[in-house]
Amino acid sequence: MQEEYVLNMEHISKIYGNGIVANEDVNFNLKRGEIHALVGENGAGKTTLMKILFGMEKPSSGTITLEGAPLEMNSSEDAISHGIGMVHQHFMLVNSFTVAQNIALGIEPKKGLFVDSAKVNDFARELGEKYHFDIDPTAVVGTLPVGIKQKVEILKALARGARILILDEPTAVLTPQETDQLFAELNVLKDLGHTIIFISHKLREVKAISNRVTVMRNGRSVGVYDTDELTEEELSAKIVGWEGGGELEKAPCTPGEVLIRAEHLSYYGGAQVPVLDDVSFAVHAGTVLGVAGVQGNGQVELVELLTRARELEQGRVEINGMDISRQKVRALREGGLGYIPEDRLRQGAAAGASIRENLISCSYYRAPVSGPAGLLSNEQIDAFTRQSIADYEIKCGSGASKISMLSGGNMQKVVVARECSGQPSVLIAEQPTRGVDIGAARIIHQKILSLRDSGSAVLLISADLAEVMKLSDAVVVLYDGRIVAYFPDVSAVTEEELGLCMLGLQRHSPERIQEVTK
Amino acid sequence: MNRERSFQLLRTAVSLLIALAAAYVIIFLISDTPLEAIRIFTVGPFDSKRHLGNIVEAAIPLIFSGLAMAVVFQASLFNLGAEGIYYISGAVVSLVAIFYSMPAGIHPLVIVILGGVIGAAVMAIPGVLRAKFNASELVTSLMLNNILLGVGLWILTNFMRDPETGNQISYKFAETALLPKIVPGTRIHFGLIIALACVLLTYLFLYRTKWGYEIRMTGINRDFARYSGINTAKVIIMAHLVSGVLAGMGGAVETIGLHQRFEWTALPGYGFDGAMIAMMGGNHPLGVVLSALFVAYLRVGADMVARLSDVPTEMVSILQALIILLVSAERFLHTYRQKWIEKGVKHGRAA
Repeated sequence: MQEEYVLNMEHISKIYGNGIVANEDVNFNLKRGEIHALVGENGAGKTTLMKILFGMEKPSSGTITLEGAPLEMNSSEDAISHGIGMVHQHFMLVNSFTVAQNIALGIEPKKGLFVDSAKVNDFARELGEKYHFDIDPTAVVGTLPVGIKQKVEILKALARGARILILDEPTAVLTPQETDQLFAELNVLKDLGHTIIFISHKLREVKAISNRVTVMRNGRSVGVYDTDELTEEELSAKIVGWEGGGELEKAPCTPGEVLIRAEHLSYYGGAQVPVLDDVSFAVHAGTVLGVAGVQGNGQVELVELLTRARELEQGRVEINGMDISRQKVRALREGGLGYIPEDRLRQGAAAGASIRENLISCSYYRAPVSGPAGLLSNEQIDAFTRQSIADYEIKCGSGASKISMLSGGNMQKVVVARECSGQPSVLIAEQPTRGVDIGAARIIHQKILSLRDSGSAVLLISADLAEVMKLSDAVVVLYDGRIVAYFPDVSAVTEEELGLCMLGLQRHSPERIQEVTK
Repeated sequence: MNRERSFQLLRTAVSLLIALAAAYVIIFLISDTPLEAIRIFTVGPFDSKRHLGNIVEAAIPLIFSGLAMAVVFQASLFNLGAEGIYYISGAVVSLVAIFYSMPAGIHPLVIVILGGVIGAAVMAIPGVLRAKFNASELVTSLMLNNILLGVGLWILTNFMRDPETGNQISYKFAETALLPKIVPGTRIHFGLIIALACVLLTYLFLYRTKWGYEIRMTGINRDFARYSGINTAKVIIMAHLVSGVLAGMGGAVETIGLHQRFEWTALPGYGFDGAMIAMMGGNHPLGVVLSALFVAYLRVGADMVARLSDVPTEMVSILQALIILLVSAERFLHTYRQKWIEKGVKHGRAA
């Protein structure tokens, strides 16, 4: 009976140093040669469980058995030597090395004291052929698109003898086409007898690729299912722990005057080729303009220019009628700008400060939070904190707890609460629900739409196509620093069409793109 | 959260106990009468009103420098300039104490305010250099310390050295310049009241005003502060200025509180002590008071041992080094902390 399982994790608990219980009595097992999806909201404990399996964290209690033998691990090296491999969300590759050098790093075939580079290339080529991965061993990794980099990561794990592969949100950075290709490769691996753990927030992909699925909620495993038994809706309900309420209600938009106007923005940032090349667009009050695109096509720079984190080089930007070129960040915010940044730990929040302190960072200096003589009003801060916690269903002990104690989704809710509470007339939302659970994403989406309905102009930058299509009224596609496509009505577009534009395979005429500036 | 705070307290307490234990070991190794020396070191400071007074007197300058360091530390700035400020502030206010006559209440008031102004002016240099040019405040402030020592010595020898004494010390201060003693039978002076007022004001400033909020947020995450619209360059300068005022006032208070002449011919060490005290007190004004009293107690104890037995006073520097090492070592008691937290979580669940 037990033999069909390669791996058993039993009664795993993990309590972190800050008192957070990340896993509580979790059971997780793998059948040989299956693709096993691990799903759950952020903060549900998926990552912790996988870190334990990969030897990066020690469980507080519980046992792991591999092939029937108990397994005790002190580091990732131990995990690798037992045939467990992990592909992290953020790639761990040496950009200046070739594909083959990356795959062979640390286990290079030697000729005397030196690395035998011919053998290194053969080694990588043979590995690629064995697993039907289409790669060029001599290509330099830094020049490759993310889809290929991911293949290199997977091959790296396979080269080290991995029979169990952990893939942490592998599709988050991929286009739909690249995702299809990845799935084909995973099926090959499965047929060769490898066991794959697939962590994802995208339930459609879970349905498409996995055999079984383990659902986690609040640090516990709530069930293991054959993927075929559940519909996407049922799976979603198991994840959030309640039924129904799937679709967002979106009223038809009523465009008003232009509140964001960017004209002929070009940005080089010291490089020879432009990062942004003659980008122009306008966002009207009461509408959401989505910016779709594979990451690294100029989105980050565009947002940093609009929010004054970078100096403009060419072109001009007006926000709410104000030329931003000489403005300070504070003046921009005073002028009605709200900004949800893509990285909540770097910019969006002060991890060492309390929830309440994080909530007031844009309003602390003026009435009613700051009274006469610069004294902060605790009553005002408490009232605002209570209201934000209630409005956004932020799950926390109290407003005085450190924000770092919160899960990613709840932390993001704090950021959104702060940025949206002042009724900004312009909102820039950059990956507003990245790495956030379904429940939190729904609340955040609702808040963004209600801002739009009350007459704000929203610029949404997201790598998540479903999100772009759900929230936006119109969409532009950014490719290689240029706007290559403009869809004035998002309901008439398919994901495939957008996907082709994101890959630069399809472009709209300049006349059509010109329309977005009107 | 509360467990976190309690753990910090516990860890500090354990560090101090280990330091004390180390002191006993040292005494045993070098003293011919170890038990007597330990008795003097441990309870001596409490055995008379005069000795208790000594603790408080010694704590006053430490409170000022601890506060000054706490303010810059909260902004995540590592500035050790309080050292030089103590010296230059003491030297300049001595001129005013010697050569100007003013009514009794006004004279010390002017001197303390002047000390604060000098401190702010000096701190403005590393502050502006850091804010505008991103020059490390640690390097600039340390180099500044030596410059200030040189300038202070020059003032002492050229403008106020008393030729009738054989030593490198100034003329006597005017009677009106001295801070009054406030507890009979001790040398505790009015500086204590000023120090405690500064503790309260610093607390309010850091935790209850918008400027303190800016300083703390900038210290915790500078990118976050900038993103929120906080002018971080301004905040860096502001933290330096406030810290400078506190250090400068400390130098002035110490000069006219405990002394009758300006007699420092080397950096007095209070600035560096302040770094240790702020660290030990968790950069919190109240913690600063407690750690300042503890360090003062160690010093008075070491002083008495040196006078009454055969253990040299330098022993206390070893203790201080040990305390800094233990308090600033994050992994110290780490395993215990983890177990304790796990137990607390389980206990909380069961209840």
